[in-house]
Amino acid sequence: MTNARKSTKTPSITEKPITGSKVLCDTLLDEGVDTVFGYPGGVVLPIFDELYDSPINFIIPRHEQGGTHMADGYARASGKVGVVLVTSGPGACNTVTGIATAFMDSIPMVIITGQVKTHLIGNDAFQEADTTGITKPITKHNYIVKDPKDLGRTIREAFHLARTGRPGPVLIDLPVDVTTALCQMAPKGEFLLPGYKVRTEGHMRQIVKAAEAINAAQRPVIYSGGGVLISEASAELTELVEKSNVPITTTLLGLGAFDENKDLSLEMLGMHGTAYANFAIQECDLLVAIGSRFDDRITGDVKRFAPNAKIIHIDIDPSSISKNVKVDIPVVGDAKKILVELNKLIEFRERKEWLARIAELKEKFPLTYDNEGEGIKPQYVIEEIWRQTKGQALVTTGVGQHQMWAAQFYKFSKPRHFISSGGLGTMGFGVPACMGAQIACPDATVINIDGDSSFSMSLLEIPTAVEHNLPVKICVLNNGYMGMVRQWQELFYGHRYSKSYMKQPCFAKVAEAFGAVGITVSKKSEVADAVKRMLAEDKCCVVDFQVEREENVWPMVATGKGLHEMAGLPTNTSERV
Amino acid sequence: MKHTISALVQNQAGVLSHVAGMFSARGYNIDSLVVGRTDDPRFSRMTIVVVGDNDVLEQVRKQLAKIVPVVKIFDYTNEKLVQRDLMLIKVASTPEQRPEIMAMVEMFSAKVVDIGLKFVTIEVTGPEEKIEAFIEICRPYGIKDVARTGMLALPRHAKA
Repeated sequence: MTNARKSTKTPSITEKPITGSKVLCDTLLDEGVDTVFGYPGGVVLPIFDELYDSPINFIIPRHEQGGTHMADGYARASGKVGVVLVTSGPGACNTVTGIATAFMDSIPMVIITGQVKTHLIGNDAFQEADTTGITKPITKHNYIVKDPKDLGRTIREAFHLARTGRPGPVLIDLPVDVTTALCQMAPKGEFLLPGYKVRTEGHMRQIVKAAEAINAAQRPVIYSGGGVLISEASAELTELVEKSNVPITTTLLGLGAFDENKDLSLEMLGMHGTAYANFAIQECDLLVAIGSRFDDRITGDVKRFAPNAKIIHIDIDPSSISKNVKVDIPVVGDAKKILVELNKLIEFRERKEWLARIAELKEKFPLTYDNEGEGIKPQYVIEEIWRQTKGQALVTTGVGQHQMWAAQFYKFSKPRHFISSGGLGTMGFGVPACMGAQIACPDATVINIDGDSSFSMSLLEIPTAVEHNLPVKICVLNNGYMGMVRQWQELFYGHRYSKSYMKQPCFAKVAEAFGAVGITVSKKSEVADAVKRMLAEDKCCVVDFQVEREENVWPMVATGKGLHEMAGLPTNTSERV
Repeated sequence: MKHTISALVQNQAGVLSHVAGMFSARGYNIDSLVVGRTDDPRFSRMTIVVVGDNDVLEQVRKQLAKIVPVVKIFDYTNEKLVQRDLMLIKVASTPEQRPEIMAMVEMFSAKVVDIGLKFVTIEVTGPEEKIEAFIEICRPYGIKDVARTGMLALPRHAKA
């Protein structure tokens, strides 16, 4: 308590008074912001007037939700804070899905929303919404600034909160009169956050225990998640895997932290993970979880998850420890810092028997699909994209079957090269996210692998890509269904495809009307050429792959099943319902 | 099982709704929640009585700690506490019944704070059990209204 009180001294402000809008724009620049995604409106006009003279690159989406996903994609690709600026009421409400998406996946963002004048708040004024009330459960923290004196410090705090600890979206609600009032910029690092403490250094005693457990284990597996990418700890993770000779599987959000082409990689685990990853988890005697949170899509039936394993959990968020699965050796702190220390204590082990077992599982249950027929298999399209991009593309996705196939069949070797909505599972994420990623990485080949239904939710953002000359490639695996919904209806609802299809327009013509390149692919023999042409395009390109309509994602751990109870294994085709 | 947690929070707009919202969003049960300013106007103290087992309590503590304006958390589960609840209770009473009621008030070290032709209003403070007991002995007379603060607590031994 004494410490808390000590740190609450008033910031020493030296700058001369300027308007709230200028404080905002100047602080954004000072925080290293180069791009803002947003949409103007009544109460944010003073801020937009200030932006007229600002060097900040401003991207206007067609819908605020798209802008929020763009900022999210930008943040995931760059590791920087994604910034959104929208108006009050509808503008703020339209960002909600995007904020929740970022919150679930711990993505650093700062969302600035306009608000009606302070004296009108609570009066049901035009375009008024209780933005902080609405977004409280889906932000790491949020603010409404009612006193211009607090503005400068609040913006500094928002960026600090967004990017430190377990990152997340932070929202600032700004009444219009605060943006026109005279106030002052706060110096960097002036915070009033006595309750915000982040533990980054791992406890040495816990690290030693973890190292001893790894060195002693007979059948260990590493299971790493998005936290490793957030912490920029891929190199340290790779060192751990290779030094300890322990096989590794990653979550959907953790793809790319370890090169999937290497022998020790088991690729993805979970509901649609590889059979060898899931079996390895069930057979292991030690599970090393790093920057992952034991989501239900990962564990299957949690009571039967890794039944024989001692569990080490490295995570920066203490509330993730023992939330879903009881942990034996928790290590709270930053993954990178902990891995640096841990690696010093790790000894190489042969693990002949265990690695032979892993090889046997890989041999027996490969990730595969039947590509013999006439039609275009969605998995084949992804493999072809992977081949032609030499596995180097930055891939974004929507949500559904295509997302799982992209995760399964595109082999990722680098961090921040797979961008997808994991926790919230937001359809329509891919199109705007790929644009944000392209802005963050102008030289990268950015490919959005999408489904027709996901794509339809956000295809209105294509003009944004055209306007800003973003050469994103959008591959629609078009099966005319909400594929994952249809798959569940096939498996669990007796083939009753209730409301899971819709009549789609000609996507290529839509793309062309928007000023993008549109390609339709209806024959298997045309796939490779279409991918080649798409990759050669220097502007936004939409390729409509008309794939087999009722292909399923295998393997699959149905809800309530243990990870080892997978349906659709290659040697067990009878299980394919 | 009931646990008492106390949280020192920054005294700012929205902190109560943030804490209350976290409890409802995560499905924890609050028995009572009391908020009041401390001697330092920048901080308020929340005293929260939570129902749940030890695992639930552990999560509640961690989730509370994650809320940015929450400065410090005190878990009083294994501590000796001074616990107080304050109740105002309006009991039906004819003038003839007053002596009986006055005797009860005295026995509980309570206080009559208002009196009318058909009722008396009594102020009682004490630990929860005492308050509950007082309610029970008032019941036969007819209880018109009850207002309670919820439980406040501080540990008996000063802890740094």
